[in-house]
Amino acid sequence: MAEFLLGAAGFVLLMVALGLLRILRGPGDADRMMAAQLLGTGGIAMLLLVGAATGVGSTVDVALTLALLAAFASVAFFKSATGAPADDAADRG
Amino acid sequence: MSLLDLFTVIAVCAGAFFFLAGTVGLLRFPDALTRLHALTKADNLGLGLVVLGLLPHADSVLGGLKLVAIWLLALLASGAVSQLIARAARRTDPRR
Amino acid sequence: MIETFNAGLALLVLALAIWTVVARDTFAAVVGFVAYGMLLTLVWVQLHGVDVALTEGAIGGGLTGAMLIAAAARLRCTEGAARAERPGVATRLAAALVAACVTAALAVAVLALPEPAPTLANETAANMAATGVGNPITGVLLAFRAMDTLLEAIVVLFAMIGVWSLAPDRAWGGRPGPLHRADPDGILAYLARVLPPIGIIVAVYIFWIGADLPGGKFQGASILAAMWLLAVMAGLTDAPPVSRTWLRVALVAGPVVFIAIGAAGVATAGAFLAYPDGLAKPLIKVIEWALLPSLAVTLALILAGAPERPAR
Repeated sequence: MAEFLLGAAGFVLLMVALGLLRILRGPGDADRMMAAQLLGTGGIAMLLLVGAATGVGSTVDVALTLALLAAFASVAFFKSATGAPADDAADRG
Repeated sequence: MSLLDLFTVIAVCAGAFFFLAGTVGLLRFPDALTRLHALTKADNLGLGLVVLGLLPHADSVLGGLKLVAIWLLALLASGAVSQLIARAARRTDPRR
Repeated sequence: MIETFNAGLALLVLALAIWTVVARDTFAAVVGFVAYGMLLTLVWVQLHGVDVALTEGAIGGGLTGAMLIAAAARLRCTEGAARAERPGVATRLAAALVAACVTAALAVAVLALPEPAPTLANETAANMAATGVGNPITGVLLAFRAMDTLLEAIVVLFAMIGVWSLAPDRAWGGRPGPLHRADPDGILAYLARVLPPIGIIVAVYIFWIGADLPGGKFQGASILAAMWLLAVMAGLTDAPPVSRTWLRVALVAGPVVFIAIGAAGVATAGAFLAYPDGLAKPLIKVIEWALLPSLAVTLALILAGAPERPAR
């Protein structure tokens, strides 16, 4: 079971790597902002799988922290992106 | 292999499949908004299935609840943040 | 299987680091750096340093990223001019040579480390009972090497004063950072209303379990700072003017309590920051409870930036 979970974690790592390849190349800031989301979701999955495989219970707390801080980083990116005005008002029409 | 182990294997495999689907979407979709769709929806569903698969291996009921809480938190954050990224994508793309 | 996973992780981290260095656009480089920080969290877990992984996730992933992206936004208008001034080929070759030499020296130093590495882990484990805490990291940070933690807390305070010193004259003592506005019915305001309560609970939880499991005041303070900054970025609250007395009291209260307990140790146990027998755990708790709010406020103000708007 531990081997299987580590294999799944390795697969998710591969998916994150491929996703990063595309996202970081993407023209424009909006594409690159997605990197925090990709690594947030993928990172949480990898942490939970590795934590279950190795039996270290505190890895779940690391995943919890990562979830919060990935959201925070994404909001920071949004506020500083090119062309984004100071607020997030929905476009009318 | 016990029934719970079989359940874990199936759920984690399904989760990995959705991660694959999300990455394929990321690589193949034509513009930022569609890629955002693939990333947010597929990857979060994959995470949810992985959490489901890991529930039998949790330390205690509280540990299992913590896992579900992480997934719900990731869902909430992704849902809100994807809206923000979509707004930024609309604004920085001169064609729209 | 774990070797393959670790090898793949190391490869990805290396590739991401190289990409971050060569990326042309500053925004892209910062995104790469934040992604690199999040991957490093996983690396630390693999190296059995869960406490460090928590700190890396909180500071390296979130807070440093926010600070760098704000700096990148400020530098955006000068990027065109900076890119036009590329140095010549000879300069770049010399720089590459020096960098390669430093890398080679570091590699030799790491590979020449004695095996097994000299360590104090056994002595620490043998003496943990005297501290009363279960987590050896907390024992080292707050009992065996409490002096380092005290100096660290003061250094962070000095860094914040350094940031304040960048304020222009007219904004001296004023409110840090620009005024953020967001649609009060919009998604950013919604996120900033829902996430901070969850974040506060998680921060206090991680602070609380730091006594016996990985966690502690620094990680908890980082999460608290991030949640407050989220509320500020959504326009739900504004940064207070840095001249306010209550703010300054909150900033120094932690280090002052720490120093007071250390000085009391001179009288009662014979050395600065020595704990009397049996009082180690309660004193450690007092220090942690005092440092948590001070650290959170200090980190939040460092991230908020130099005062930009006059207090009145």
